Amino acid sequence: MSNPSNLKYTASHEWARTEADGTISIGITQHAQELLGDMVFVETPAVGRKVKAKEEVAVVESVKAAADVYAPVSGEVTAVNSELDSAPEAINADPYAAWMFRMKPDNAADVAALMDAAAYQAIVDSEAH
Amino acid sequence: MPFIPHTEQDIAAMLASIGATNIDELFDEIPAALKSSKLTAIGDGLNEMQVARLMHERAALDNQPLNFIGAGAYEHHIPAAVWEIATRGEYYTAYTPYQAEASQGTLQTLYEYQTMIASLTGMDASNASLYDGASGLAEAILMAVRSHKSSRRVLLPSTVSPLYRSVAQSIVKLQGIELEEIHFCAETGNIVPESLDSHFARGDVAAVIIPQPNFFGALEDVDALTDKTHAHGALAIALVNPLSLALLKAPGQWGNKGADIAVGDGQPLGAPLSSGGPYFGFMSCKQALVRQMPGRIIGRTVDLDGKPGFTLTLQAREQHIRRAKATSNICSNQGLMVAATTIHMALLGSDGLRRAAAASHANTQALAVQAGGVQGVKRLFGTPHFHEVVLHLPESSARVLDSMAGQGISGGFDLQPHYPQLGNAILVCATETKTGEDIQRFVAALRHALH
Repeated sequence: MSNPSNLKYTASHEWARTEADGTISIGITQHAQELLGDMVFVETPAVGRKVKAKEEVAVVESVKAAADVYAPVSGEVTAVNSELDSAPEAINADPYAAWMFRMKPDNAADVAALMDAAAYQAIVDSEAH
Repeated sequence: MPFIPHTEQDIAAMLASIGATNIDELFDEIPAALKSSKLTAIGDGLNEMQVARLMHERAALDNQPLNFIGAGAYEHHIPAAVWEIATRGEYYTAYTPYQAEASQGTLQTLYEYQTMIASLTGMDASNASLYDGASGLAEAILMAVRSHKSSRRVLLPSTVSPLYRSVAQSIVKLQGIELEEIHFCAETGNIVPESLDSHFARGDVAAVIIPQPNFFGALEDVDALTDKTHAHGALAIALVNPLSLALLKAPGQWGNKGADIAVGDGQPLGAPLSSGGPYFGFMSCKQALVRQMPGRIIGRTVDLDGKPGFTLTLQAREQHIRRAKATSNICSNQGLMVAATTIHMALLGSDGLRRAAAASHANTQALAVQAGGVQGVKRLFGTPHFHEVVLHLPESSARVLDSMAGQGISGGFDLQPHYPQLGNAILVCATETKTGEDIQRFVAALRHALH
Protein backbone atom coordinates (compact mmCIF):
# COMPACT_ATOMS: atom_id res chain seq x y z
CA MET A 1 0.00 0.00 0.00
CA SER A 2 1.56 3.30 -0.98
CA ASN A 3 1.16 6.50 0.99
CA PRO A 4 -1.67 8.58 -0.50
CA SER A 5 -0.40 11.73 -2.15
CA ASN A 6 -3.28 13.89 -0.85
CA LEU A 7 -2.13 13.47 2.78
CA LYS A 8 0.55 15.15 4.87
CA TYR A 9 2.98 13.16 7.04
CA THR A 10 5.22 13.42 10.11
CA ALA A 11 8.53 11.77 10.91
CA SER A 12 6.78 10.08 13.84
CA HIS A 13 4.54 8.21 11.34
CA GLU A 14 1.25 10.09 11.61
CA TRP A 15 -0.75 11.16 8.59
CA ALA A 16 -2.98 14.25 8.44
CA ARG A 17 -5.83 14.99 6.05
CA THR A 18 -7.39 18.42 5.72
CA GLU A 19 -11.18 18.17 5.78
CA ALA A 20 -13.69 20.48 4.10
CA ASP A 21 -14.32 22.35 7.37
CA GLY A 22 -10.65 23.16 7.83
CA THR A 23 -10.06 20.57 10.59
CA ILE A 24 -7.51 17.83 10.06
CA SER A 25 -8.01 14.11 10.62
CA ILE A 26 -5.04 12.21 12.04
CA GLY A 27 -4.11 8.54 11.91
CA ILE A 28 -0.99 6.40 11.74
CA THR A 29 0.69 5.31 8.52
CA GLN A 30 0.82 1.96 6.80
CA HIS A 31 4.46 1.67 7.86
CA ALA A 32 3.56 2.29 11.52
CA GLN A 33 0.73 -0.25 11.58
CA GLU A 34 2.97 -2.85 9.93
CA LEU A 35 5.63 -2.38 12.61
CA LEU A 36 3.15 -2.47 15.47
CA GLY A 37 1.14 -5.49 14.31
CA ASP A 38 -2.39 -6.43 15.32
CA MET A 39 -4.06 -3.50 17.08
CA VAL A 40 -5.97 -4.23 20.27
CA PHE A 41 -6.73 -0.80 21.70
CA VAL A 42 -6.72 2.89 20.91
CA GLU A 43 -6.75 5.48 23.68
CA THR A 44 -8.16 8.68 22.25
CA PRO A 45 -7.89 12.20 23.74
CA ALA A 46 -10.65 14.30 25.29
CA VAL A 47 -12.48 16.52 22.82
CA GLY A 48 -11.66 20.15 23.50
CA ARG A 49 -8.09 19.44 24.65
CA LYS A 50 -5.58 21.99 23.40
CA VAL A 51 -2.34 20.43 22.27
CA LYS A 52 1.01 21.56 20.98
CA ALA A 53 2.77 20.12 17.95
CA LYS A 54 4.63 16.90 18.84
CA GLU A 55 2.65 16.48 22.07
CA GLU A 56 1.41 12.97 22.87
CA VAL A 57 -2.31 12.87 22.10
CA ALA A 58 -3.33 9.25 21.65
CA VAL A 59 -1.94 5.79 22.35
CA VAL A 60 -2.18 2.73 20.15
CA GLU A 61 -1.71 -0.70 21.64
CA SER A 62 -0.96 -3.78 19.63
CA VAL A 63 -0.40 -7.33 20.80
CA LYS A 64 3.31 -6.63 21.07
CA ALA A 65 3.74 -2.92 21.70
CA ALA A 66 2.24 0.38 22.78
CA ALA A 67 3.04 3.57 20.93
CA ASP A 68 2.21 7.22 21.40
CA VAL A 69 0.52 9.17 18.63
CA TYR A 70 1.66 12.80 18.45
CA ALA A 71 -0.12 15.94 17.34
CA PRO A 72 1.32 16.89 13.93
CA VAL A 73 0.57 20.57 14.59
CA SER A 74 -0.68 22.74 17.46
CA GLY A 75 -4.43 23.10 17.83
CA GLU A 76 -7.54 21.82 19.57
CA VAL A 77 -8.98 18.31 19.49
CA THR A 78 -12.45 18.54 17.92
CA ALA A 79 -13.50 14.88 17.51
CA VAL A 80 -12.40 11.33 18.16
CA ASN A 81 -13.23 8.22 16.17
CA SER A 82 -15.19 6.15 18.68
CA GLU A 83 -15.63 3.35 16.15
CA LEU A 84 -12.06 2.33 16.96
CA ASP A 85 -13.09 1.52 20.56
CA SER A 86 -14.71 -1.70 19.46
CA ALA A 87 -12.79 -2.19 16.20
CA PRO A 88 -9.12 -1.16 16.59
CA GLU A 89 -8.25 -3.69 13.89
CA ALA A 90 -9.63 -1.19 11.35
CA ILE A 91 -6.20 0.47 11.61
CA ASN A 92 -4.55 -2.69 10.30
CA ALA A 93 -7.14 -3.14 7.57
CA ASP A 94 -6.89 0.39 6.18
CA PRO A 95 -4.69 2.80 8.15
CA TYR A 96 -5.56 5.73 5.90
CA ALA A 97 -9.31 5.33 6.48
CA ALA A 98 -9.02 4.74 10.23
CA TRP A 99 -8.59 8.27 11.58
CA MET A 100 -8.14 8.52 15.35
CA PHE A 101 -8.89 12.13 16.16
CA ARG A 102 -9.57 15.47 14.47
CA MET A 103 -7.97 18.79 15.31
CA LYS A 104 -8.60 22.41 14.48
CA PRO A 105 -5.07 23.67 13.71
CA ASP A 106 -3.97 26.99 15.18
CA ASN A 107 -2.33 27.82 11.83
CA ALA A 108 -3.27 26.24 8.53
CA ALA A 109 0.27 27.00 7.38
CA ASP A 110 1.62 24.47 9.92
CA VAL A 111 -0.27 21.73 8.11
CA ALA A 112 1.01 22.85 4.73
CA ALA A 113 4.54 22.69 6.14
CA LEU A 114 4.28 18.96 6.98
CA MET A 115 5.96 16.37 4.75
CA ASP A 116 4.43 15.17 1.52
CA ALA A 117 4.19 11.49 0.62
CA ALA A 118 7.54 11.40 -1.18
CA ALA A 119 9.45 13.03 1.68
CA TYR A 120 7.83 10.65 4.16
CA GLN A 121 8.65 7.63 1.97
CA ALA A 122 12.30 8.69 2.01
CA ILE A 123 12.23 8.55 5.84
CA VAL A 124 10.63 5.11 5.81
CA ASP A 125 13.25 3.89 3.34
CA SER A 126 16.08 5.27 5.44
CA GLU A 127 14.68 3.54 8.56
CA ALA A 128 14.71 0.24 6.73
CA HIS A 129 18.50 0.13 6.93
CA MET B 1 13.93 -23.51 34.82
CA PRO B 2 17.45 -23.56 36.34
CA PHE B 3 19.26 -20.49 37.57
CA ILE B 4 22.60 -20.29 35.76
CA PRO B 5 24.95 -17.72 37.31
CA HIS B 6 27.79 -16.10 35.41
CA THR B 7 31.22 -17.60 36.12
CA GLU B 8 34.26 -15.44 36.81
CA GLN B 9 35.38 -16.27 33.27
CA ASP B 10 32.01 -15.20 31.78
CA ILE B 11 32.22 -11.88 33.59
CA ALA B 12 35.85 -11.29 32.53
CA ALA B 13 34.97 -12.08 28.91
CA MET B 14 32.01 -9.70 28.93
CA LEU B 15 34.02 -6.90 30.53
CA ALA B 16 36.84 -7.42 27.98
CA SER B 17 34.35 -7.26 25.15
CA ILE B 18 33.13 -3.80 26.19
CA GLY B 19 36.56 -2.57 27.25
CA ALA B 20 35.94 -2.30 30.98
CA THR B 21 38.42 -3.57 33.53
CA ASN B 22 36.00 -4.25 36.37
CA ILE B 23 32.29 -4.12 37.21
CA ASP B 24 32.58 -0.92 39.26
CA GLU B 25 33.59 0.90 36.10
CA LEU B 26 30.07 0.33 34.75
CA PHE B 27 28.81 2.64 37.50
CA ASP B 28 31.29 5.47 36.89
CA GLU B 29 28.45 7.82 36.07
CA ILE B 30 27.28 7.83 39.69
CA PRO B 31 29.13 10.60 41.57
CA ALA B 32 31.47 9.22 44.20
CA ALA B 33 29.77 11.29 46.89
CA LEU B 34 26.57 9.31 46.39
CA LYS B 35 28.22 5.91 46.76
CA SER B 36 28.45 4.33 50.18
CA SER B 37 31.77 2.70 50.80
CA LYS B 38 31.97 -0.40 52.96
CA LEU B 39 28.69 -1.39 54.59
CA THR B 40 30.14 -1.50 58.09
CA ALA B 41 26.89 -2.47 59.79
CA ILE B 42 26.72 -5.69 57.82
CA GLY B 43 28.49 -8.46 59.68
CA ASP B 44 30.52 -11.35 58.32
CA GLY B 45 28.73 -14.21 56.65
CA LEU B 46 27.32 -17.02 58.78
CA ASN B 47 27.34 -20.68 57.89
CA GLU B 48 24.18 -22.78 57.85
CA MET B 49 24.68 -24.10 61.37
CA GLN B 50 25.20 -20.59 62.76
CA VAL B 51 22.14 -19.27 60.92
CA ALA B 52 19.98 -22.11 62.22
CA ARG B 53 21.10 -21.38 65.77
CA LEU B 54 20.45 -17.65 65.38
CA MET B 55 16.97 -18.31 64.01
CA HIS B 56 16.13 -20.65 66.90
CA GLU B 57 17.23 -17.98 69.35
CA ARG B 58 15.17 -15.32 67.62
CA ALA B 59 12.14 -17.62 67.42
CA ALA B 60 12.40 -18.26 71.17
CA LEU B 61 12.11 -14.49 71.78
CA ASP B 62 8.67 -14.64 70.19
CA ASN B 63 7.11 -16.49 73.09
CA GLN B 64 3.77 -16.86 71.33
CA PRO B 65 1.54 -14.67 73.45
CA LEU B 66 -2.22 -14.90 73.19
CA ASN B 67 -2.81 -12.31 70.49
CA PHE B 68 -5.53 -9.66 70.42
CA ILE B 69 -3.78 -7.29 68.01
CA GLY B 70 -5.18 -6.75 64.52
CA ALA B 71 -4.52 -3.29 63.08
CA GLY B 72 -3.94 -4.60 59.55
CA ALA B 73 -2.59 -8.13 60.14
CA TYR B 74 -5.01 -10.72 61.44
CA GLU B 75 -4.62 -14.11 63.06
CA HIS B 76 -6.95 -16.54 61.32
CA HIS B 77 -7.10 -20.29 61.20
CA ILE B 78 -5.42 -21.61 58.07
CA PRO B 79 -6.26 -25.24 57.23
CA ALA B 80 -3.11 -27.39 57.21
CA ALA B 81 -3.80 -28.38 53.60
CA VAL B 82 -3.27 -24.80 52.39
CA TRP B 83 0.47 -24.59 52.91
CA GLU B 84 0.95 -28.32 52.29
CA ILE B 85 -0.28 -27.71 48.74
CA ALA B 86 1.16 -24.20 48.29
CA THR B 87 4.69 -25.33 49.15
CA ARG B 88 4.75 -28.06 46.49
CA GLY B 89 7.66 -27.56 44.13
CA GLU B 90 5.37 -26.54 41.28
CA TYR B 91 4.13 -23.52 43.24
CA TYR B 92 7.16 -22.68 45.31
CA THR B 93 8.28 -19.42 43.77
CA ALA B 94 7.29 -15.82 44.42
CA TYR B 95 7.20 -15.03 40.72
CA THR B 96 5.17 -15.54 37.64
CA PRO B 97 7.58 -17.54 35.50
CA TYR B 98 9.44 -15.60 32.83
CA GLN B 99 8.27 -17.97 30.12
CA ALA B 100 4.84 -17.63 31.62
CA GLU B 101 2.76 -19.68 29.19
CA ALA B 102 4.98 -22.72 29.77
CA SER B 103 3.57 -22.85 33.31
CA GLN B 104 -0.12 -23.35 32.65
CA GLY B 105 -0.81 -24.60 36.19
CA THR B 106 0.56 -21.42 37.76
CA LEU B 107 -1.38 -19.27 35.32
CA GLN B 108 -4.57 -21.19 35.98
CA THR B 109 -4.12 -20.69 39.73
CA LEU B 110 -3.65 -16.94 39.21
CA TYR B 111 -6.65 -16.83 36.89
CA GLU B 112 -8.80 -18.53 39.51
CA TYR B 113 -7.44 -16.16 42.15
CA GLN B 114 -8.43 -13.18 39.97
CA THR B 115 -11.90 -14.66 39.53
CA MET B 116 -12.31 -15.07 43.29
CA ILE B 117 -11.12 -11.51 44.05
CA ALA B 118 -13.31 -10.00 41.34
CA SER B 119 -16.27 -11.93 42.73
CA LEU B 120 -15.53 -11.02 46.36
CA THR B 121 -15.17 -7.31 45.56
CA GLY B 122 -17.96 -7.19 42.96
CA MET B 123 -15.60 -5.82 40.31
CA ASP B 124 -15.09 -6.68 36.64
CA ALA B 125 -11.36 -7.43 36.67
CA SER B 126 -8.58 -8.24 39.14
CA ASN B 127 -4.83 -8.25 38.70
CA ALA B 128 -2.61 -11.12 39.82
CA SER B 129 -1.73 -9.24 43.07
CA LEU B 130 0.57 -6.50 44.33
CA TYR B 131 3.21 -6.38 47.06
CA ASP B 132 0.98 -5.53 50.01
CA GLY B 133 -2.06 -3.53 51.04
CA ALA B 134 -0.22 -0.28 51.77
CA SER B 135 1.69 -0.11 48.47
CA GLY B 136 -1.52 -1.34 46.81
CA LEU B 137 -3.29 1.76 48.14
CA ALA B 138 -0.52 3.92 46.65
CA GLU B 139 -0.93 2.11 43.32
CA ALA B 140 -4.69 2.74 43.42
CA ILE B 141 -4.04 6.46 43.98
CA LEU B 142 -1.60 6.58 41.05
CA MET B 143 -4.11 4.69 38.90
CA ALA B 144 -6.93 7.09 39.77
CA VAL B 145 -4.79 10.14 39.03
CA ARG B 146 -3.69 8.68 35.65
CA SER B 147 -7.26 8.02 34.76
CA HIS B 148 -8.73 11.31 36.01
CA LYS B 149 -6.17 13.39 34.07
CA SER B 150 -7.25 16.85 35.26
CA SER B 151 -6.72 16.61 39.04
CA ARG B 152 -3.91 15.39 41.28
CA ARG B 153 -5.81 15.84 44.54
CA VAL B 154 -6.86 12.75 46.48
CA LEU B 155 -8.89 12.72 49.70
CA LEU B 156 -7.47 10.37 52.30
CA PRO B 157 -9.43 9.92 55.55
CA SER B 158 -7.55 9.73 58.84
CA THR B 159 -9.56 6.56 59.51
CA VAL B 160 -7.20 4.81 57.06
CA SER B 161 -4.36 2.96 58.80
CA PRO B 162 -1.60 5.44 59.74
CA LEU B 163 0.96 3.03 58.30
CA TYR B 164 -0.88 2.88 54.97
CA ARG B 165 -1.11 6.67 54.87
CA SER B 166 2.59 6.98 55.49
CA VAL B 167 3.48 4.46 52.76
CA ALA B 168 1.09 6.07 50.27
CA GLN B 169 2.54 9.51 51.03
CA SER B 170 6.11 8.25 50.50
CA ILE B 171 5.23 6.76 47.13
CA VAL B 172 3.08 9.54 45.65
CA LYS B 173 4.42 12.78 47.14
CA LEU B 174 7.23 13.21 44.62
CA GLN B 175 4.78 12.85 41.75
CA GLY B 176 2.97 16.06 42.51
CA ILE B 177 0.00 14.25 44.03
CA GLU B 178 -1.62 15.95 46.98
CA LEU B 179 -3.18 13.75 49.67
CA GLU B 180 -5.69 15.76 51.67
CA GLU B 181 -6.60 14.44 55.09
CA ILE B 182 -10.27 14.02 55.98
CA HIS B 183 -10.85 14.16 59.73
CA PHE B 184 -13.15 11.72 61.47
CA CYS B 185 -16.04 12.49 63.78
CA ALA B 186 -14.81 12.21 67.39
CA GLU B 187 -18.12 10.71 68.48
CA THR B 188 -18.59 7.97 65.89
CA GLY B 189 -15.04 7.35 64.64
CA ASN B 190 -16.42 7.73 61.12
CA ILE B 191 -16.01 9.99 58.13
CA VAL B 192 -19.07 12.21 57.85
CA PRO B 193 -19.94 12.39 54.12
CA GLU B 194 -20.65 16.14 54.38
CA SER B 195 -17.08 16.72 55.57
CA LEU B 196 -15.93 16.08 51.98
CA ASP B 197 -17.87 19.09 50.70
CA SER B 198 -15.32 21.75 51.59
CA HIS B 199 -12.63 19.77 49.74
CA PHE B 200 -14.76 19.42 46.61
CA ALA B 201 -15.57 23.12 46.80
CA ARG B 202 -11.87 23.92 46.38
CA GLY B 203 -11.67 22.31 42.94
CA ASP B 204 -11.50 19.00 41.08
CA VAL B 205 -10.63 15.89 43.07
CA ALA B 206 -9.24 12.77 41.35
CA ALA B 207 -10.27 10.22 43.95
CA VAL B 208 -11.57 9.57 47.45
CA ILE B 209 -10.28 6.66 49.55
CA ILE B 210 -13.12 4.90 51.38
CA PRO B 211 -11.95 2.41 54.04
CA GLN B 212 -14.31 -0.43 55.03
CA PRO B 213 -14.06 -1.30 57.82
CA ASN B 214 -11.93 1.67 58.82
CA PHE B 215 -8.80 1.43 60.95
CA PHE B 216 -10.92 1.57 64.13
CA GLY B 217 -12.90 -1.45 62.92
CA ALA B 218 -15.94 0.80 62.41
CA LEU B 219 -18.16 0.62 59.35
CA GLU B 220 -18.24 3.74 57.18
CA ASP B 221 -21.32 4.98 55.35
CA VAL B 222 -19.88 3.65 52.09
CA ASP B 223 -23.01 4.20 49.99
CA ALA B 224 -23.25 7.91 50.82
CA LEU B 225 -19.48 8.40 50.49
CA THR B 226 -19.39 6.66 47.10
CA ASP B 227 -22.34 8.63 45.73
CA LYS B 228 -20.91 11.92 46.94
CA THR B 229 -17.56 11.05 45.36
CA HIS B 230 -19.16 10.26 42.02
CA ALA B 231 -21.36 13.36 42.13
CA HIS B 232 -18.13 15.41 42.08
CA GLY B 233 -16.55 13.48 39.23
CA ALA B 234 -13.99 11.70 41.41
CA LEU B 235 -13.18 7.99 41.51
CA ALA B 236 -14.12 5.97 44.59
CA ILE B 237 -11.28 3.77 45.87
CA ALA B 238 -12.51 1.09 48.26
CA LEU B 239 -9.88 0.05 50.80
CA VAL B 240 -11.29 -3.16 52.22
CA ASN B 241 -10.55 -6.13 54.45
CA PRO B 242 -11.27 -9.03 52.06
CA LEU B 243 -12.62 -11.33 54.78
CA SER B 244 -15.20 -8.70 55.80
CA LEU B 245 -16.61 -8.89 52.28
CA ALA B 246 -17.97 -12.34 53.11
CA LEU B 247 -20.53 -10.43 55.22
CA LEU B 248 -20.54 -6.84 53.95
CA LYS B 249 -21.69 -5.33 50.67
CA ALA B 250 -19.09 -5.72 47.90
CA PRO B 251 -17.45 -2.42 46.79
CA GLY B 252 -18.89 -2.97 43.31
CA GLN B 253 -22.34 -2.50 44.87
CA TRP B 254 -21.59 0.61 46.95
CA GLY B 255 -23.96 3.48 46.26
CA ASN B 256 -25.68 3.89 42.93
CA LYS B 257 -22.72 3.12 40.68
CA GLY B 258 -20.35 1.10 42.88
CA ALA B 259 -16.76 1.92 43.79
CA ASP B 260 -14.31 2.16 40.86
CA ILE B 261 -11.27 0.45 42.37
CA ALA B 262 -11.05 -2.04 45.26
CA VAL B 263 -7.75 -2.62 47.00
CA GLY B 264 -6.46 -4.06 50.25
CA ASP B 265 -4.17 -6.54 51.95
CA GLY B 266 -4.83 -10.19 51.20
CA GLN B 267 -3.19 -11.45 54.41
CA PRO B 268 -6.48 -12.44 56.13
CA LEU B 269 -7.05 -14.98 53.33
CA GLY B 270 -4.48 -17.64 54.16
CA ALA B 271 -1.23 -15.86 55.00
CA PRO B 272 0.13 -16.45 58.53
CA LEU B 273 1.12 -13.40 60.62
CA SER B 274 4.79 -14.46 60.50
CA SER B 275 6.18 -11.27 62.06
CA GLY B 276 4.77 -9.02 59.36
CA GLY B 277 5.16 -10.73 56.03
CA PRO B 278 5.29 -11.68 53.30
CA TYR B 279 1.69 -10.69 52.65
CA PHE B 280 0.21 -9.51 49.36
CA GLY B 281 -1.98 -6.73 48.05
CA PHE B 282 -5.05 -7.32 45.94
CA MET B 283 -6.60 -4.94 43.45
CA SER B 284 -9.66 -5.06 41.25
CA CYS B 285 -11.50 -2.48 39.20
CA LYS B 286 -14.27 -1.75 36.76
CA GLN B 287 -13.79 -2.69 33.12
CA ALA B 288 -13.35 0.95 32.05
CA LEU B 289 -10.20 1.27 34.19
CA VAL B 290 -8.57 -2.05 33.36
CA ARG B 291 -5.86 -0.55 31.14
CA GLN B 292 -4.80 1.74 33.97
CA MET B 293 -4.51 -1.13 36.45
CA PRO B 294 -0.90 -2.02 37.36
CA GLY B 295 0.43 -5.54 37.72
CA ARG B 296 0.06 -8.72 35.75
CA ILE B 297 -3.29 -9.95 34.47
CA ILE B 298 -3.91 -13.53 33.41
CA GLY B 299 -6.51 -14.20 30.75
CA ARG B 300 -8.20 -17.37 29.50
CA THR B 301 -8.07 -18.12 25.81
CA VAL B 302 -7.94 -21.02 23.35
CA ASP B 303 -4.88 -22.37 21.56
CA LEU B 304 -4.58 -23.16 17.84
CA ASP B 305 -6.43 -26.44 18.35
CA GLY B 306 -9.25 -24.74 20.21
CA LYS B 307 -8.20 -26.10 23.59
CA PRO B 308 -8.54 -23.78 26.59
CA GLY B 309 -5.36 -22.22 27.94
CA PHE B 310 -4.12 -19.32 30.06
CA THR B 311 -1.95 -16.42 29.03
CA LEU B 312 -0.61 -13.09 30.25
CA THR B 313 -2.85 -10.42 28.84
CA LEU B 314 -2.93 -6.60 28.45
CA GLN B 315 0.87 -6.58 28.66
CA ALA B 316 1.14 -3.34 26.71
CA ARG B 317 0.52 -1.58 30.07
CA GLU B 318 3.61 -3.14 31.55
CA GLN B 319 7.15 -1.88 31.79
CA HIS B 320 8.81 -4.45 29.53
CA ILE B 321 6.72 -3.01 26.66
CA ARG B 322 5.63 0.45 27.70
CA ARG B 323 8.94 1.36 29.33
CA ALA B 324 8.83 4.65 31.25
CA LYS B 325 5.11 5.09 30.57
CA ALA B 326 4.11 1.77 32.08
CA THR B 327 1.24 1.78 34.58
CA SER B 328 3.67 0.77 37.31
CA ASN B 329 7.15 -0.48 38.04
CA ILE B 330 5.50 -3.53 39.54
CA CYS B 331 6.76 -6.34 37.36
CA SER B 332 6.17 -9.25 39.63
CA ASN B 333 3.61 -10.40 42.09
CA GLN B 334 3.34 -12.34 45.28
CA GLY B 335 2.73 -15.61 43.45
CA LEU B 336 3.29 -17.91 46.40
CA MET B 337 0.99 -15.98 48.74
CA VAL B 338 -1.64 -15.84 46.03
CA ALA B 339 -1.41 -19.60 45.46
CA ALA B 340 -2.01 -20.09 49.20
CA THR B 341 -4.94 -17.68 49.18
CA THR B 342 -6.53 -19.37 46.19
CA ILE B 343 -6.27 -22.74 47.92
CA HIS B 344 -7.50 -21.22 51.21
CA MET B 345 -10.58 -19.69 49.60
CA ALA B 346 -11.29 -22.85 47.62
CA LEU B 347 -11.11 -24.95 50.80
CA LEU B 348 -13.27 -22.63 52.89
CA GLY B 349 -15.74 -21.76 50.18
CA SER B 350 -18.03 -18.77 50.49
CA ASP B 351 -19.79 -20.39 53.44
CA GLY B 352 -16.54 -21.02 55.30
CA LEU B 353 -15.40 -17.43 54.73
CA ARG B 354 -18.75 -16.19 55.99
CA ARG B 355 -18.50 -18.30 59.13
CA ALA B 356 -14.91 -17.15 59.86
CA ALA B 357 -15.96 -13.52 59.38
CA ALA B 358 -19.10 -13.89 61.52
CA ALA B 359 -17.22 -15.67 64.34
CA SER B 360 -14.55 -12.92 64.31
CA HIS B 361 -17.27 -10.30 64.58
CA ALA B 362 -19.05 -12.14 67.41
CA ASN B 363 -15.83 -12.75 69.38
CA THR B 364 -14.82 -9.09 69.14
CA GLN B 365 -18.31 -8.08 70.24
CA ALA B 366 -18.01 -10.38 73.27
CA LEU B 367 -14.57 -8.97 74.04
CA ALA B 368 -15.86 -5.39 73.83
CA VAL B 369 -18.78 -6.15 76.15
CA GLN B 370 -16.67 -8.00 78.74
CA ALA B 371 -13.77 -5.52 78.65
CA GLY B 372 -16.31 -2.72 79.02
CA GLY B 373 -17.25 -4.31 82.35
CA VAL B 374 -13.79 -3.59 83.76
CA GLN B 375 -13.87 -0.48 85.90
CA GLY B 376 -12.68 2.63 84.05
CA VAL B 377 -12.61 0.91 80.64
CA LYS B 378 -15.05 2.11 78.03
CA ARG B 379 -15.59 1.42 74.39
CA LEU B 380 -15.13 4.42 72.11
CA PHE B 381 -17.44 4.90 69.12
CA GLY B 382 -20.67 2.93 69.40
CA THR B 383 -20.62 2.57 65.62
CA PRO B 384 -21.25 -0.90 64.10
CA HIS B 385 -17.92 -2.68 63.68
CA PHE B 386 -16.44 -5.69 61.91
CA HIS B 387 -13.85 -7.42 64.09
CA GLU B 388 -12.02 -4.59 65.84
CA VAL B 389 -13.06 -2.04 68.45
CA VAL B 390 -11.40 0.83 70.30
CA LEU B 391 -11.16 0.67 74.10
CA HIS B 392 -10.38 3.71 76.22
CA LEU B 393 -8.30 3.00 79.33
CA PRO B 394 -8.13 4.94 82.58
CA GLU B 395 -4.30 4.75 82.59
CA SER B 396 -1.37 4.94 80.20
CA SER B 397 -2.14 2.59 77.33
CA ALA B 398 1.54 1.78 76.85
CA ARG B 399 1.90 0.76 80.46
CA VAL B 400 -1.26 -1.37 80.44
CA LEU B 401 -0.20 -3.17 77.25
CA ASP B 402 3.21 -3.73 78.78
CA SER B 403 1.68 -5.28 81.86
CA MET B 404 -0.57 -7.50 79.74
CA ALA B 405 2.44 -8.60 77.70
CA GLY B 406 4.05 -9.64 80.97
CA GLN B 407 1.01 -11.86 81.50
CA GLY B 408 1.48 -13.52 78.11
CA ILE B 409 -1.11 -11.48 76.24
CA SER B 410 -0.70 -9.12 73.31
CA GLY B 411 -3.53 -6.91 74.48
CA GLY B 412 -3.99 -4.60 71.51
CA PHE B 413 -2.54 -1.94 69.25
CA ASP B 414 -1.65 1.28 71.06
CA LEU B 415 -3.46 4.10 69.26
CA GLN B 416 -1.93 6.82 71.44
CA PRO B 417 1.11 7.63 69.27
CA HIS B 418 -1.02 7.81 66.11
CA TYR B 419 -4.21 9.39 67.45
CA PRO B 420 -3.20 11.37 70.57
CA GLN B 421 -6.61 13.09 70.53
CA LEU B 422 -8.17 9.77 71.57
CA GLY B 423 -6.16 9.64 74.80
CA ASN B 424 -5.25 6.24 76.24
CA ALA B 425 -6.93 4.23 73.51
CA ILE B 426 -6.13 0.76 72.22
CA LEU B 427 -7.44 -1.15 69.21
CA VAL B 428 -8.42 -4.75 70.00
CA CYS B 429 -9.36 -7.69 67.81
CA ALA B 430 -10.63 -11.19 68.59
CA THR B 431 -10.82 -13.37 65.49
CA GLU B 432 -12.46 -16.80 65.18
CA THR B 433 -9.26 -18.27 66.66
CA LYS B 434 -10.19 -16.98 70.13
CA THR B 435 -12.30 -19.00 72.56
CA GLY B 436 -14.54 -17.74 75.36
CA GLU B 437 -11.78 -18.76 77.76
CA ASP B 438 -9.22 -16.68 75.80
CA ILE B 439 -11.47 -13.65 76.11
CA GLN B 440 -11.80 -14.23 79.85
CA ARG B 441 -7.99 -14.37 80.07
CA PHE B 442 -7.82 -11.04 78.23
CA VAL B 443 -10.29 -9.44 80.63
CA ALA B 444 -8.52 -10.85 83.69
CA ALA B 445 -5.15 -9.58 82.43
CA LEU B 446 -6.62 -6.17 81.70
CA ARG B 447 -8.15 -6.01 85.18
CA HIS B 448 -4.86 -7.08 86.75
CA ALA B 449 -2.97 -4.45 84.74
CA LEU B 450 -5.27 -1.70 85.95
CA HIS B 451 -5.45 -2.54 89.64
